[in-house]
Amino acid sequence: MKKKLYENVILPPGKLIQLNFSEIWKYRDLFYIFVWRDIKVRYKQTVLGVLWAIFQPLFTMLIFTIFFGRLAKMPSDNIPYPIFVYTGLLLWNYFSTALTNASSCLIENEGIVKKVYFPRLILPFSATMTPAIDFCFALIILFALMIFYHFTPSILGIVLIPALLVISFLSAVGLGLFCAAVNVKYRDVRYVLPFFIQLFMFITPVIYPVSLIPQKFQWLIFINPMAGVITLARSSLLHTVATDWRLLGISLISAIILLFFGISYFRKTERFFADIL
Amino acid sequence: MQPIIKVENLNKKYKIGDKENYYTLRDKLANPLKLFNKSKSREFWALKNINLEIIHGEAIGIIGRNGAGKSTLLKILSQITPPTTGKITMRGRVASLLEVGTGFHPELTGRENIFLNGAILGMTRKEIKSKFDQIVAFAGIEKFLDTPVKRYSSGMYVRLAFAVAAHLESEILIVDEVLAVGDAQFQKKCLGKMDEVTKKEGRTVLFVSHNMGAVKRLCNKAILLENGNIISFGKTSEVIDLYENTSVRIGKTGGIWINKIKGRKGIDLEKITITNLKNKQSDYIYSNQDIKINFTVYAKHDIDNVKIGFDLIKEGTIVFRSEQVDSIDFHKLEKNIRYVFSSTIPSNLLNAGEYYIRPLLSIHCVESLIDFYEPVIKFHSEIHFGENHFHSVLNETNHPGSVFPKLKWNLSINK
Repeated sequence: MKKKLYENVILPPGKLIQLNFSEIWKYRDLFYIFVWRDIKVRYKQTVLGVLWAIFQPLFTMLIFTIFFGRLAKMPSDNIPYPIFVYTGLLLWNYFSTALTNASSCLIENEGIVKKVYFPRLILPFSATMTPAIDFCFALIILFALMIFYHFTPSILGIVLIPALLVISFLSAVGLGLFCAAVNVKYRDVRYVLPFFIQLFMFITPVIYPVSLIPQKFQWLIFINPMAGVITLARSSLLHTVATDWRLLGISLISAIILLFFGISYFRKTERFFADIL
Repeated sequence: MQPIIKVENLNKKYKIGDKENYYTLRDKLANPLKLFNKSKSREFWALKNINLEIIHGEAIGIIGRNGAGKSTLLKILSQITPPTTGKITMRGRVASLLEVGTGFHPELTGRENIFLNGAILGMTRKEIKSKFDQIVAFAGIEKFLDTPVKRYSSGMYVRLAFAVAAHLESEILIVDEVLAVGDAQFQKKCLGKMDEVTKKEGRTVLFVSHNMGAVKRLCNKAILLENGNIISFGKTSEVIDLYENTSVRIGKTGGIWINKIKGRKGIDLEKITITNLKNKQSDYIYSNQDIKINFTVYAKHDIDNVKIGFDLIKEGTIVFRSEQVDSIDFHKLEKNIRYVFSSTIPSNLLNAGEYYIRPLLSIHCVESLIDFYEPVIKFHSEIHFGENHFHSVLNETNHPGSVFPKLKWNLSINK
């Protein structure tokens, strides 16, 4: 049997940040295994795991409906508030869980990072994948709600869901990569992060519609890719307002910018993780 | 023939403090000036100008005292941490085993952990599948394959972990002190497997260990590292001889403590030295040698009933206390004369590990002349592997206990 001979040269970190795609491809099995491990552990107690994925958005939706919908009379683009806020929560929950997971992935896998070499990028990417399973369970509840409120989802809306999930994924990975790297260096970041994610939710139209914001400031809110994602989900699935296709492009572009920023910061600091962890 | 590993002018710098305390964002925000004030952190060269060429199929032992740079070298070769300067060329797949059971997840079953750990160590799923049965058989855990590893005994855990690692297929295998875990029987099995890997399969192995017996058995060549430099690279037995001699010589810097605090009543404990058999100062002593602890006392005026002694402390517990009155009587100290009280800890008494000495000096039944609540000097005791091959795998982690007296054992069989 003849084996392929590799030649691997180890050099001090250079100034240029580059991505070694062929190497990442070589480690794809490890990526699958990390995703598989997280899912396995998450749903080990199957019933609890699945129930939690459903209860979390469901109860948040109920509380928000009581306080924001009923008591505060929050406008909801003329559709029932429960289904309005649930659509927002569905995508927001995915994004915030994915971001949290990605931010802490290096610290949680400290033992592995300090003892084994692999492209570190794999960790935040795989950590961001797992909450997609929760998303799918929560999506079932959305369809149940739609049936309950007699909404017919448009084909377009259903087709758009994966695309919106991908944009959320890219944004979560982008920000997550940055937070993960910062988290390694400054150990108190993880205590501050939940607070910032909370703040982030309020500047994202989860509990209120974008139409609440004065027209001339609306462009500002769409810098946040999640704002576009949630607005698109509502307009295409629930026909709240006419679907503005430009939002898809804007969200995608800002998500990609986030991703590039995240990757370059992560790559810049990556090689020293093992030294400071 | 081209070397399989070629290291050129390798240097590795750490900033002191990087490892002990991590930064907090709060501190940095509170004191933004620190951002630019980098001169304060001290530098430390963990590896200095390392040049190495390793030929295919060699088994190389890397030895040296703690902090000599062994682990740093392995970490750089495994790409876990980058070099500061220099170049390394490797012609082959590298598998590194710096720890047994890296990434094991306690909630997952043995079967699941084989796949997880295998992937982490760099195997593809196909490879793991094809070796799965061999791994299970080597670990001997067939019955517990579907039990979460958190329910495993520590022995089973280690066996499974090593079994996965032992089936790595790579041209270069890097192994850190991993044989320190597990029972003696399994350690023998592991050593056997490592032997097979190098001698039969002709793979290149780099092996770090404090266990000279294992190094001698496995490696045809050895590297001696000291303070980040390669002191010697050559035949294993020669390098080990040098190591055992230098560890005594280097003890000259250790093995001495000078007291700057004056004692009461004009009686000073000036210094403590630790010396080995040949009266050489050392803080690194093999268990088959007597250890002498010497206390130098100076009196400014005549005084009687002076009692001197020490507590020997290991892992925060007093192993024993000894005082000169245990075997000699009080001696009247005359002024302006230096007295040296020596106490001998017999060979084959101490275990492997760090031992600490807290000095005691008092006027018998009257008052204490010095106040040391903490030990002031330490030495390292290493088990000499000698004739008994079981002792060759012993170290601090797998052989607990404050002392290690060689007791007599007998076997009688009653049928």
